[in-house]
Amino acid sequence: MGSQRAGELMDRAESEAHSAPPEFTGEFPIVVEGLTNRFGPQVVHEDLSLKVKRGEILGVVGGSGTGKSVLMRSIIGLQIPSEGSIEVLGDSITDAEEDSDIDIRSRWGVLFQGGALFSTLTVAENVEVPLKQFYPEISDELRQEIARYKVRLSGLPEEATSKYPSELSGGMKKRAGLARALALDPELLFLDEPTAGLDPIGAAAFDRLTRELADTLGLTVFLITHDLDTLYAICDRVAVLADKKVIAVGTIPELLALDHPWIQVYFNGPRGRAAEETHTRSMSGAMDKDNKGGA
Amino acid sequence: MREWADFELVEGEGGSVLRVSGPLTIAGIAPLDARLRELDDIAAIDIGNASGIDTVGAWTVWRAATRMDAQITGATDKAGRLIEAVKAAENTAAITPPRPRLLERVPEAVGTKVSDMLVGVKDMVGFLGTTVFAFGALIRHPRRFPILALIRQIELVGVSSLGIIGLMSFLIGIVIAQQGAVQLQQFGAEIYTINLTGRLTLRELGVLMTAIMVAGRSGSAFAAQIGTMKLTEEVDAMRTIGVSPIERLVVPRILAAVLMMPLLGFYSAVIAIIGGAFIANFALDIPFWTFLSRIREVVPMTDLYVGLVKAPVFGLIVAMSGCYQGMQVSGNAEEVGLRTTLAVVQAIFMVIVLDAFFAVFFTEIGWA
Repeated sequence: MGSQRAGELMDRAESEAHSAPPEFTGEFPIVVEGLTNRFGPQVVHEDLSLKVKRGEILGVVGGSGTGKSVLMRSIIGLQIPSEGSIEVLGDSITDAEEDSDIDIRSRWGVLFQGGALFSTLTVAENVEVPLKQFYPEISDELRQEIARYKVRLSGLPEEATSKYPSELSGGMKKRAGLARALALDPELLFLDEPTAGLDPIGAAAFDRLTRELADTLGLTVFLITHDLDTLYAICDRVAVLADKKVIAVGTIPELLALDHPWIQVYFNGPRGRAAEETHTRSMSGAMDKDNKGGA
Repeated sequence: MREWADFELVEGEGGSVLRVSGPLTIAGIAPLDARLRELDDIAAIDIGNASGIDTVGAWTVWRAATRMDAQITGATDKAGRLIEAVKAAENTAAITPPRPRLLERVPEAVGTKVSDMLVGVKDMVGFLGTTVFAFGALIRHPRRFPILALIRQIELVGVSSLGIIGLMSFLIGIVIAQQGAVQLQQFGAEIYTINLTGRLTLRELGVLMTAIMVAGRSGSAFAAQIGTMKLTEEVDAMRTIGVSPIERLVVPRILAAVLMMPLLGFYSAVIAIIGGAFIANFALDIPFWTFLSRIREVVPMTDLYVGLVKAPVFGLIVAMSGCYQGMQVSGNAEEVGLRTTLAVVQAIFMVIVLDAFFAVFFTEIGWA
């Protein structure tokens, strides 16, 4: 009886669902080459290139209007670029035919700035949406269990599971958005200013959560941010957008060694220095603790 | 070809051992999960042969193991980490908030509706009062009068709707004349088509149809515009810098609707009569110009007055309910849509109710 039901499920899944994606094993899950984005006469990107390494958290910074969000929208296929090629997990986004990128979309999660939760569904139902869309063969029972633990995994309390987005605070909306982004156990996670609008404590907690999830689940994270604390605390590398290009990618010390005026102003301004100090203090604090533990 | 997770049962010392193979991932878990749910009495689950694992696989294995009190063996580092993570994230809360039973829900919904309606009437009267006060303030301080906003609204409510109202009225005139003629011909009285068209459009239909069109076109726009401004806190921003949103947003819209409605209503009636004359020319052999000159003889002046008295009242109702519903928006984008719909429905309903009262009233005072 049991195996018969499972067999039916398999048949159904075979006919309805796409084939299972193999895990990406290359070095660069995101490769952008020669990207140009134009809106009328206004050029946002010109010949922009960027490679994101597997397993890293890449912070993307740049002044307002330098096209950080446009870059992310291009990579996830919401914005069709004027020129250039974009490869995500080994598949081309720019040459993809209609609906052929359905596979890829089940392998990334996106957290939009405002959370972009579906306002008529509860948090858990929001998480269920991508599960229903991509894996209809999963039983209702398992799907609801998945939705429940993803809510907790994103750092929300149990009570938030059955709440509607309008009943949540800004920080909780972001976490709920993260839960939905993580619904399919993606390999890639896109975060658009995840800590904007959060209080410093909430922002720090969100940073920690991002790092923890990235380490536990083995995620590659593309993170747009204005938050210097986030850059220092959790980003492995930072990409700087200016002059319509990615002018530099590297760790913060590597970037500081460069002589670009915007980078110098950005990291050596009063806020940059404050963030650096906080970071070094917490690092040395952690080392002290280690020493004591050793002794 | 899609790969699925599978298992086999092996008898061991402490009891049966379940040996999992294949991908323990979201894409391959469904059949395994269904079969696991029907098993019990397993001593251990060996996941050493699984070809991959994610949190969904970890959850499925952990839940099965917990339920059957089984050991999990052969977990790799990653699998152990994931199992720890999902274990810590166990959540037993409901997916949706509890729904009250039908017997409780229906009376509650009815009660809420009724009390909302009463409160709505009270609030609307309050809103009318606030608007009247704002008018008073503007008369005392004429410099504050938002003349540019008024002109802009007059353009939007009046001038831009000439095309659609004209087309609608022309077609209605054709329908009245043509259908009326078919019936009147049975008595040999098709000449009365002129009376029918002229009196009906000037007295009733011109203004009524225009009010409905303005409610759909401008009343909805008022509600959506003001509602969106409420959501983006523009209205609050106005208040904090000492600008009254009633004076700046509501007064020009209401004034524009009250001023434009009589003109649009009259225009609509005229176009409808032209439509009637047009069809009479072809279908009834009544020449176009004869039709028009007969109108002057058969339509009493009071019919025009009836239409012109009703029009500004209808304009007031349409603009009031649009602005009122817009100002009531709070919360989310869904509310804007809800309030916009409500504004139009309410406006059309009240216009039709009031039109019935007017019909009786004017007949009683002898403007028949």
